[in-house]
Amino acid sequence: MTRRAPGWVLAVAGAVYLLLHLPVLVLVLFSFNASRYSVAWTGFTLEWYRRLAERTDLLRGLRASLIVGTISTVVATVFGTLLALALARRRFPGRRALEGLLYLPVVTPEIVAGISLLSLFVLLRVPLGLATITVAHIAFSVAFVAVVVRARLEGMDGSLEEAAMILGADELTAFRTVTVPRLWPGIVAGALLAFTMSFDDYVITSLVAGPGSSTLPVVVYGMVRRNVEPTVNAISTLILLGTSLLIWLATRLTRERPVSAARG
Amino acid sequence: MRGLRRRLLGGLARRPLLAGSALLAPGAGWLAVFFAAPMLLMLAYSVMPRGRYAGVEPGFTLEHYRRFFEPLYLGILGRTVAWSALATAICLLLGYPVAWVIARSRRRRGLLLFLVVLPFWTSFLVRTFAMIFLLRDTGLVNALLLRAGLVAAPLTLLYTPFAVLAGLVYGLLPFMVLPVYASLEKLDPALLEAAESLGAHPAARFFRVVLPLSLPGVIAGSLLVFVPALGTFVTSDLLGGARQVMIGNLVQNQFTVARNWPFGSAASFVLMALVLVSVLLSLRLRERHAGEGGAR
Repeated sequence: MTRRAPGWVLAVAGAVYLLLHLPVLVLVLFSFNASRYSVAWTGFTLEWYRRLAERTDLLRGLRASLIVGTISTVVATVFGTLLALALARRRFPGRRALEGLLYLPVVTPEIVAGISLLSLFVLLRVPLGLATITVAHIAFSVAFVAVVVRARLEGMDGSLEEAAMILGADELTAFRTVTVPRLWPGIVAGALLAFTMSFDDYVITSLVAGPGSSTLPVVVYGMVRRNVEPTVNAISTLILLGTSLLIWLATRLTRERPVSAARG
Repeated sequence: MRGLRRRLLGGLARRPLLAGSALLAPGAGWLAVFFAAPMLLMLAYSVMPRGRYAGVEPGFTLEHYRRFFEPLYLGILGRTVAWSALATAICLLLGYPVAWVIARSRRRRGLLLFLVVLPFWTSFLVRTFAMIFLLRDTGLVNALLLRAGLVAAPLTLLYTPFAVLAGLVYGLLPFMVLPVYASLEKLDPALLEAAESLGAHPAARFFRVVLPLSLPGVIAGSLLVFVPALGTFVTSDLLGGARQVMIGNLVQNQFTVARNWPFGSAASFVLMALVLVSVLLSLRLRERHAGEGGAR
């Protein structure tokens, strides 16, 4: 496929690119608009950002999101990576079946996963709060991490680890110095996916969150259901900025780690 | 010789400290307790009589599944499937040209791909708010239409089927572009040249060469759009309002407002059945077309 596409195909593609990105750009632009209700541009202001700082519920939500996101990402990344390693490197009965089952949480609608987990928590009388949110986020992230890391393992056979062990490394050393550096981009990608899913999740979180344990998306969702004010534009812009920073950081991490690991 | 040497050396390597089960236990255990067990619990709820205030009572009944065949709920089911199918079709119509352009570009391919992947990393909630901001009565679309003199009064765009479909297409389009691009990228340009030199029209080249060969990508993309669309909750809740209910909203409503857990559970399993049937169907289709693709 090297020859140029016909003009109308280019036109459609161009329009689709605009549709894909214009809404968010407009949202960001109007977070700086002085007018409160109209979309007419009446002047530049940082008023809406100043008002965000006054809203303690947003700050509390951000804190909750960061706590839940960090813990669930660490746990889900470790568990998911181990799961992927077991599926790729170990032989055990039922491995194929388990590999198929791993895709079940990936295709399950969030609303179904959230409601069923809520039913379990209610049955066992588990008090709802940050702990139940974290447990839920780990549950939906583990399979995603495992699938991403498993894909990375696809192209790597175990011969380098075997060689390291023949040369006298114990399994832990071989794992630390050979497996992890090669697997690192997959692990970072999995962790990034886990964190962004956790940080963005509304459906499952709103179901298993107790009173007073709202994460940032739950607070913002409430704001939107009442009225989309310019403060929503402002908080959205900050969320976009935060996630962009995170992804930039992650791409740097995947680039530099193998080199430093090889040196160390 | 090789095999013998390898076996001897392999014997020198230390045995794995951690057996497969030890690597497997934390992740699989977590999924068993917090994913599989809740699903089984809900399966049990879906065939139990409804409790007086909430919850369930002991017993066995299929009444909740039967209730799903009432016109009201069949309507919600039909709407969910129809909108998901429509969103998939629109994503295909819009996404295919994009995938084509990316596959044919050389220098800007990286940038074009990046621009398609970018929305994946952009908060889904933020993107839904962006749609509200555009579509509401005082939104940008209406402001532009009014200023251009095309309409006299603001159109009602938000809380309509149009808004839900627009939201679904906007949110899920990248899932269509990437797999279609992946299959178009592998297409050998010599095949097109051959078709051309044999006198095929551009349309014939597309429908008889390009499209059949890209079918695996089309099938994969359709699945990746259709399945999340079936389970939609946020898009229909925020952009559709109370009138454009899909199964996801019905499930949530039965648990939080109507307090009919068994019926909500039954609705969940109807949704799960739809999802699993779509996945299995697409796997079957893909198998068939993966085998035929090269031969045509």
